[in-house]
Amino acid sequence: MALKLKVNNVESTVDCSPDTPLLWVLRDVLNYTGTKYGCGMGLCGACTVHLDGKAVRSCLTRVSSVEGKTITTIEGLSPDGMHPVQVAWEALDVPQCGYCQAGQIMSAAALLAHTPHPTDAEIDTAMSGNLCRCGTFPRIRQAIHEAAEATAGSK
Amino acid sequence: MHIDRRSFLQLSALAGGGLALDLYYSPLAWPQRPGAPPDLTPQAFIHIAPDGIVTIMARASETGQGMRNMLPMLIAEELDVDWADVRVQQADLDEKKFGRQFSGGSANTPMGWEPMRRVGAAGRQLLITAAAQTWGVPVAECTTQPGRVIQAASDRVPHGTTAGVLPVASSRVLHKASGRSAGYGELAAKAASLPAPALSSVTLKDPKDYRIIGHSQRGVDTHGIVTGKPLFGVDVKLPGMLYASIEKAPVFAGKVKTANVDQIKTLPGVRHVLVNDGGITPAAYTPWEPGMEPGIAIVADTWWQAQTARKQLKVEWDLGPAAAQTSELFATRAAALLQAPPATTVRKYGDVDAALKSSAKVVEATYEYPFIAHTTMEPQGCTAHWKDGKLEMWTTSTLPEDGRGLVAKTLGIQESDITTHMMRGGGSFGRRLQNDYAVEAAWIAKQIDAPVKLLWSREDDIAHDPFRPGGTVGFKAGIDAGGKLTAWRHHLVTFGDEKHSTSGGGIGADTYPSGFAPAYALYTSAQPLMLRTGAMRAPGDNAYCWVAQSFLDETAHAAGRDPLEFQLELLSNEKAPWKSDGKDAVGDHEPTGASVLIPERFKGVLELVAEKSGWAKRPKEPGRGMGIAAWFCHLGYFAEVADVSVDASNKVTVHHVWAAGDVGSQIINPQAAESMGFGGVIDGMSEMAQEITLSEGRVVQSNFHNHPILRMRQVPPIEVYWRKTDYAPTGLGEPTLPPILPAVTNAIFAATGKRVRTLPLQKSGFSWA
Repeated sequence: MALKLKVNNVESTVDCSPDTPLLWVLRDVLNYTGTKYGCGMGLCGACTVHLDGKAVRSCLTRVSSVEGKTITTIEGLSPDGMHPVQVAWEALDVPQCGYCQAGQIMSAAALLAHTPHPTDAEIDTAMSGNLCRCGTFPRIRQAIHEAAEATAGSK
Repeated sequence: MHIDRRSFLQLSALAGGGLALDLYYSPLAWPQRPGAPPDLTPQAFIHIAPDGIVTIMARASETGQGMRNMLPMLIAEELDVDWADVRVQQADLDEKKFGRQFSGGSANTPMGWEPMRRVGAAGRQLLITAAAQTWGVPVAECTTQPGRVIQAASDRVPHGTTAGVLPVASSRVLHKASGRSAGYGELAAKAASLPAPALSSVTLKDPKDYRIIGHSQRGVDTHGIVTGKPLFGVDVKLPGMLYASIEKAPVFAGKVKTANVDQIKTLPGVRHVLVNDGGITPAAYTPWEPGMEPGIAIVADTWWQAQTARKQLKVEWDLGPAAAQTSELFATRAAALLQAPPATTVRKYGDVDAALKSSAKVVEATYEYPFIAHTTMEPQGCTAHWKDGKLEMWTTSTLPEDGRGLVAKTLGIQESDITTHMMRGGGSFGRRLQNDYAVEAAWIAKQIDAPVKLLWSREDDIAHDPFRPGGTVGFKAGIDAGGKLTAWRHHLVTFGDEKHSTSGGGIGADTYPSGFAPAYALYTSAQPLMLRTGAMRAPGDNAYCWVAQSFLDETAHAAGRDPLEFQLELLSNEKAPWKSDGKDAVGDHEPTGASVLIPERFKGVLELVAEKSGWAKRPKEPGRGMGIAAWFCHLGYFAEVADVSVDASNKVTVHHVWAAGDVGSQIINPQAAESMGFGGVIDGMSEMAQEITLSEGRVVQSNFHNHPILRMRQVPPIEVYWRKTDYAPTGLGEPTLPPILPAVTNAIFAATGKRVRTLPLQKSGFSWA
């Protein structure tokens, strides 16, 4: 069936089964391949996107449930890759293999949007749904703190 | 002016043939292999545009160890260019042109350190020669000066882009006497037409002049990763591409008897349903890359449609003999084999049994570790396109030469008809050394008239992993009246048949403390295993370090000694001489077969980590303790200390980890090297709570909820220190990992007095907090 989606401020109509997970519509229909498949059960966070500004797991989100909502993927987080979280990630060279990082960045950006100065405990809570097999967690923690400082400094 | 790289290609015949697995175990053994390695040319690796921008080909696959940086950095350093002027491009598979294109065994640093720098120096030499000939001056009077760039307002310019960067003077060749100079870009065309100098003839820089090596260079793909660019194997998209998912038997190599294929073909989006009979006959010994597993491939317009259709499959399987396998059966057999006389003597010197008899004290223990799965964050998959009798593949393999050979053999086509593109892989940890997914994709592609992307689900990825094999180890150690080690008896019960250990389940005769214990015996016995196994990051060592360094700690405590002091004393023993036959050691011997474990280096990292962690003054209080362990593997030495607390319900918190490494004279890319240290520690901790079990031949675990990896809140602060020594640099993919497992379990002992002898932790009554 035809569904209207608004992804990264672009409206499009997709034709797919309504129970298709948003993840696969993003990746295989709309070509937003930055969002990654890792587990299909909401266990790893690789598929994290923003739905009306909140971090959600797109692998468990039925596409029919997001019509009329604002969907943001890693490709739409900033026009130029200069979101403070992306800048901090790049400055600290956080990724190893990099596969989980889009999900990590989307979770971190959602955290900072409502908690501009998170403590380590708040970072743990917000980020513990995002797995990283390479072990980039120490750099992720540092990057979130740096992004928080950069955001505060620019205000 | 466009410079065609292909016109630079100069080849000498590659006589050595395909890449064999022994290279993984013995990365420095190439000089021993028949025939010569290919002559590498600067023209193959270096492409300089007229504006001075330098493109360097990255030959090795990238799955997160930073190989796309490290190898090109070596070339760029000796080419004498500014790293900001360098663009890195992933090479396609072409070993005649690029040499070994293999990422495993922490081998890229030792394999690449010398030749890649020589390629860069030869490129510089060509540019100097081109300038000298143009100006009619002696080559010896010319020198080079790296390029300078001016950056625009923002200092956050992503590597690999030109936005905001104005190259005002690319790297130049200078002739001081006449004041002449020319940019590399101006000289490139002439330089490319000159014969390349022999790599052995070029002069390398004094390390004190390094401007790139030893300076952190951000990952060349980092900007693409943080902005979601399609870099990974799973991101490949081709016009008209279809998507595939494969249903395989729940039991290894089980075959399809009947299935509702015709019904599945009618489901939405489904284009093809292909039954694969596979090519595996289950046997007691399952070799590396045993062949295609049978299954039913569903090819559809989207992957989700293929997956949805797959749920409607009704298959009757011929499960075969592997269905009788259970973890309980393995445990029962292992216990019996441990009591029986060992089947194989791997190494023996001194009279161990007599030494044990005459010892003041004998310590005895049995250790067990489980099968575990790789769970790379990107599940396995591959894209393939068969067209006009030729195959094109986009693979994440870290051993693509083997993949191409396997595909050719399986499909009955020529290797020369296969083009292999090497995509960034979302993690490997040894998984992508096997090419099963690539063969499956190629098999599908050859039968359909469209490009196809195969993707395994996470459940497929765990059920059909080439597992790290489990094992059971019986130890005996003797201690004399003075508290010194007298003898070490080590009996590994692994899997395989009379002649072979299953992949990843063999053990080397130089396994520490081989050579250092006054009397030593290493035995193996094996039970059958019909299951794909393979190399897991630091293969062998990830288990053998845990058991040996745990039992050594146990022995030190039984002797009433500090474990650090006890181990330093052991390493001071005169080493029993040994020569490998080249087959049995795990990457840690020279081409001559001599073990290269240098006790001073082993001691050095132990002493450094002890100093950094405050080992001598560690607090001793109930419920909290520190553990120390060290290991030598893949030519690197690491020692690690963990500070651990255990609460009343046996929940374990790791508060801090210190790691000290010795990988030679030079850390090539310091920030990335530190990341490998963090990663090895965290990955090793993850392994401590993982296990794969079998029930009626079926893998019980299916996803991250029952095969977990560490989460953010469980990750301790980690400090990584380097001990620089005068040895050639070696790799970091593997040696960072092994010591953390015994460091943590030794710390649990210090905190609780309870010895963890069975992993995962939960089988010993502990769990992560």
